[in-house]
Amino acid sequence: MGSPLAKYLDKPTEAAPLAVFRIFFGLMMVGSLLRFWANGWIEKLYLEPTFHFSYYGFEWVRPLGAFTYVIFLVCGLSALGVALGFKYRLSILTFFLSFTYIELMDKTTYLNHYYFISCVSFLMLFLPAHRYFSVDAWRNKKLAAYYIPSWTIDSIKVLLGIVYFYAGLAKLNSDWLFRAMPLKIWLPSNYDLPLLGTILQEEWAHFAFSWSGALYDLSIPFLLLYRKTRWFAFAMVVIFHVLTRVLFPIGIFPFVMIVSTLIFFDAKFHHRILLFLSGVFRIGKEKWDAVLLPKKKEKTTSMVKWVVALFIGIQFLLPWRYVLYPGELFWTEEGFRFSWRVMLMEKAGYAQFKVVNPATGNYFYVDNSDFLTPFQEKQMSFQPDFILEYAHFLGDQFKAQGHGPLEIYVESYVALNGRMSQPFVYPTVNLLNQRESFAHKTWIVPFQDEIKGL
Amino acid sequence: MLKKSFFFGILCLALWACSEDDSGGPASSGDSFDRSAMLVNWADNIIIPAYLNFGGTTQALESAVASFTQNPSEATLQEARSAWQTAYIAFQQVSMFDIGPAETVFFRNRLNTYPANTTEIEDFIASGTYDLSLPSTMDAQGFPAMDYLLYGLGETDSEIVAFYSTNASATNYTNYLVNLAQIANSLTASVVANWNTGYRDTFVSNSGGSASASVDKLANDYVFYYEKALRAGKIGIPAGVFSNLPLPGNVEAFYKKDFSRQLALTSLQAAQDFFNGKHFAGNQTGKSFKSYLDYLNTIKNGEDLALLINAQFEDARAALNLLDENFVAQIEIDNSKMLNAFDELQRNVILLKVDMLQALDVNVDYIDADGD
Repeated sequence: MGSPLAKYLDKPTEAAPLAVFRIFFGLMMVGSLLRFWANGWIEKLYLEPTFHFSYYGFEWVRPLGAFTYVIFLVCGLSALGVALGFKYRLSILTFFLSFTYIELMDKTTYLNHYYFISCVSFLMLFLPAHRYFSVDAWRNKKLAAYYIPSWTIDSIKVLLGIVYFYAGLAKLNSDWLFRAMPLKIWLPSNYDLPLLGTILQEEWAHFAFSWSGALYDLSIPFLLLYRKTRWFAFAMVVIFHVLTRVLFPIGIFPFVMIVSTLIFFDAKFHHRILLFLSGVFRIGKEKWDAVLLPKKKEKTTSMVKWVVALFIGIQFLLPWRYVLYPGELFWTEEGFRFSWRVMLMEKAGYAQFKVVNPATGNYFYVDNSDFLTPFQEKQMSFQPDFILEYAHFLGDQFKAQGHGPLEIYVESYVALNGRMSQPFVYPTVNLLNQRESFAHKTWIVPFQDEIKGL
Repeated sequence: MLKKSFFFGILCLALWACSEDDSGGPASSGDSFDRSAMLVNWADNIIIPAYLNFGGTTQALESAVASFTQNPSEATLQEARSAWQTAYIAFQQVSMFDIGPAETVFFRNRLNTYPANTTEIEDFIASGTYDLSLPSTMDAQGFPAMDYLLYGLGETDSEIVAFYSTNASATNYTNYLVNLAQIANSLTASVVANWNTGYRDTFVSNSGGSASASVDKLANDYVFYYEKALRAGKIGIPAGVFSNLPLPGNVEAFYKKDFSRQLALTSLQAAQDFFNGKHFAGNQTGKSFKSYLDYLNTIKNGEDLALLINAQFEDARAALNLLDENFVAQIEIDNSKMLNAFDELQRNVILLKVDMLQALDVNVDYIDADGD
């Protein structure tokens, strides 16, 4: 086992960066769950709607009434456990499962950053993030270690690199680069910002933001990796995410990304953070380090290596699945999710469902607000898988009301990146005859324009 | 050291940015479209004058109802009816402004939930005890209930007058009708007072771009009104668009009968005038959705959306003008014309709700969840 790969996998590095990552990640998750709860979103997004949009294959994941609060509580407590490094494996497993369950309950709320958190927590299941500066290490001296395999920290860097780089690749299209869309729609409405407000009305500013955004996403992973550009890169990270936070309703994601990129810094930097924390909590860090330092390095079991390698491999491939589908990706959204296509398009739609009695030809329209919240209706109106799922729900609903045999059609219009709205689904297709699958949805009216690029 | 203080500086910046403060600052001037000026035009030239005008008509309605009930006769009944008609038309010009004080008191629902629930109304009159501030009584008050009480109680005018004079429960009928007119007037007076004493400034100064800012809220209210109250309420629902069979009983001003088209046309005109920023009094126009779209179009070089929307308003009006002035009759004679009018109105729902809201970057209602 003298190959470069084997050597790499055994190469040790200080555990401090991973410990800091674990602590901050856990704390940010606690914070964001509290914020979610305090904003009343559990009630509003998961308990108030009577119907929930499911991910294909995960129809069994549903909100559980008042018990949903318990899931959030468990999720929050496990995040705290992760931060503390208390029963770490159990905590991170619980966190991964509960957080992912929450995200799977209703795809209306899909956000790339939620998916990012699921990905990170899955990866962390296999990382020795509790070996250093954790309750577990403090209680179990055999577990404690000053050094961990270097690949464990690199795997997080790779994941972060994928997020940025793929977000950058996704911007390499004619709408983003040559029409400055959707920023041309989004930026002017920030007219009331001091200083920036006036600039954001200018067309050159829209192009400047578009191009620099793409450049930023594509280059930042490399600038962070290279020691000499690291501080510059981090300054860019902060400026970029602060700007997105100011300009868009983007929640805590900018903060998560800023803090996550700290992992690119060397161990010395993280020791300083830990020293600071030790000071605050009166933990004798130096004494600890003295005990740990001479400890020999860890070896990783090969199963873990395989799982992580497979996971990273999937991350590299998954965003490309869209090339298997015909038609414009932004229009059909087949292969759009789980691909780091962040803040990429402005899309809005209108879907009016028609319930037809095939025997008599009689029909009536559905008032979507009878079944959906405004948020759900908005998301449903331009995403084909939502439209289909909702159509089947309506079919079941009206059959149960004794409407007998029926057919469901939709008259829908969608506007994409400032284009005039166009018909979206063929109004002559009975949606009850269509089934959800990974196959291309032939009942979507092809996009009547062209967006070039990736 | 420099590096560290720089790092500290940007971290502070990050913390500041991530704190949940997105209160709208004052509007900047310059070349950009002045949303504040649009809000001022809306408030001072359209909304407040429309409410003042409506307030005058509810005042007149209250006195006409009072003189009718104090001195019931076919002549005073006609006067009360005519005051009701004037007020109902004026209501169509304020109904869409369901924001601020109007939203707080459920203005539209309390004044115009139809069809009126006549069973409930008769029960209330018979018992003489009711609380019209309860949400469950929305369909027992307002213009639709007065429609029933002024037009629907009997076949002939003299039969109707008898309910307020010789009927065993005449006092109860009188009290109920008076009560409804008073509520309509006092609700309107309170909304007008609120606009005049503070809400106007709140409305105008909330000129930011967040979901709770005035432009975003009123844009949503406006589209909601057009889609639900005008398109669905006045045409779609009675034409049976949302049910198996037409529902002529759900026509606005069901008992007055030959009034429904005029109400719908007034509502459509008010919606179009608001879109164009036309002053309530006079033909002058100010900053509006239209001028905002025109301004954004100079950035976007897209299609002239404002032109398309105005053209569609005209098409919808033409389709409404093809209808009988009594929608009940129209539904019975030829419902396809009603369906046609619905389709014409529907086309503008797409232009307003999808294209206009996207162009203005206004999010669809009350969604304060994160984006990414």
